[in-house]
Amino acid sequence: MTRPQRPIAGAQSRPALPRHVRMHFDERRGAWALLSPEKVLWPDEISLAILRRCDGRSEAGAIARSLALDYEADEDEVLADVLAFLQDWSDRMVVRL
Amino acid sequence: MSEAGPGLPIGILAELTHRCTLQCAYCSNPLELLKADKELGTAEWRSIFEQAADLGILQVHLSGGEPILRPDLAELVGVLASRGLYSNLITAGVGLDETLTARLAAAGLDHVQISFQGARPETTEAIGRLRGSHEKKLAAARAVRAAGLPLTVNAPIHRRNIEEVELFIDLALELGAERLEIANVQYYGWALLNRPALMPPREAVERQIGIVEAARAALRGVLAIDFVAPDYYASFPKACMGGWARDAFMITPDGTAMPCHAAASIPGLRFDNAARLPLTEIWNRSPAFEAYRGTGWMNERCRGCERRDIDFGGCRCQAMALTGDPTETDPACSLSPLHAHVLALAESDAASAEATIHPRRIGGARAGELTR
Repeated sequence: MTRPQRPIAGAQSRPALPRHVRMHFDERRGAWALLSPEKVLWPDEISLAILRRCDGRSEAGAIARSLALDYEADEDEVLADVLAFLQDWSDRMVVRL
Repeated sequence: MSEAGPGLPIGILAELTHRCTLQCAYCSNPLELLKADKELGTAEWRSIFEQAADLGILQVHLSGGEPILRPDLAELVGVLASRGLYSNLITAGVGLDETLTARLAAAGLDHVQISFQGARPETTEAIGRLRGSHEKKLAAARAVRAAGLPLTVNAPIHRRNIEEVELFIDLALELGAERLEIANVQYYGWALLNRPALMPPREAVERQIGIVEAARAALRGVLAIDFVAPDYYASFPKACMGGWARDAFMITPDGTAMPCHAAASIPGLRFDNAARLPLTEIWNRSPAFEAYRGTGWMNERCRGCERRDIDFGGCRCQAMALTGDPTETDPACSLSPLHAHVLALAESDAASAEATIHPRRIGGARAGELTR
């Protein structure tokens, strides 16, 4: 059979959380958790800022632009960071591109 | 245990029943299976799950036996969903049809894991001892997909199916699964009893690892492959349960709260029942949970080891089963003086042409109930 290809993150990708991953605010620990079948991930502030924008509609380029504004950072540098993050998390199946 | 006491637990494995449609020779249920009349009722599980949410639990794995044999399964899923807990149904899939999947999805189920005993129909039937089971599992997987639920294919691996690992990968892709678990059988309870008929030879294990590593690289972002190593052949033991009563535990069909599946095999441990004692109290003070929590119980070899906080001395139940002393270093560890002995056990079991097994069913562990 032909095997599906590895998704590659680009500025036009519209990332979303895959259906087996769910964000949950954990009251007891006072932190956001990313719940998946066998794992619980605790994203840091920057990861969380990216993940919140992964709504399946916004392009990675627009996400980077919005983050650059919020954090007063260089847009190109932010885009590179966002794409690296998305690629890594897509490879681990916790983000869908 | 640290002076601060235990942290908050993350997960519970809830074994809702020991009843099952299959009779797999490596079942993680105990040899003495509980009958239906010993199972907790709906109200008791509801209360346990509410308490679990209050305690900080984030994930509940609904398992068995076969959890879909519980008529209140969707109701229990609903309780978990109402508290934001991630619910994972661990099923053999036989009987999981579109109606039930749709009900579970509507109740808020997050994820389904379906076991396949073989990648080939004849293997699935022979291992689970149920005719037509493979087709039923395929139908279940498609029903899961139709309901829009994510899917993990779980493949328990042993000598009788280890050559099907590549086919398992194809199967997971065909079914559109997000995850595949290649889980080599761990030898406790039924699997320990049937070890001579199940242990794979080392060469097959090495071939398997090569296949899994290549597939992981080729399928990045397409299929997540989790691998549970066969620890008799490993250099270091598994971090069993992520450490004894450290962030997860289990509850048996009658409510017994245990740090792991096999904990009852350790003599003298005192367990509490989650239907009778508050879950917080069990987590913080149950004698069985306290027994091997942290590092205080360790012998000097483990306590002084740089891997102490990585694998926690390995598995207490395996230390018990193979050395007779639950505080010993898990002999799957190459630093254990008994490691060579364990390797020899594995090699001799693997080389034996043993084909008879004790089928997993009530009374099946007794001598005289053997089958091929």
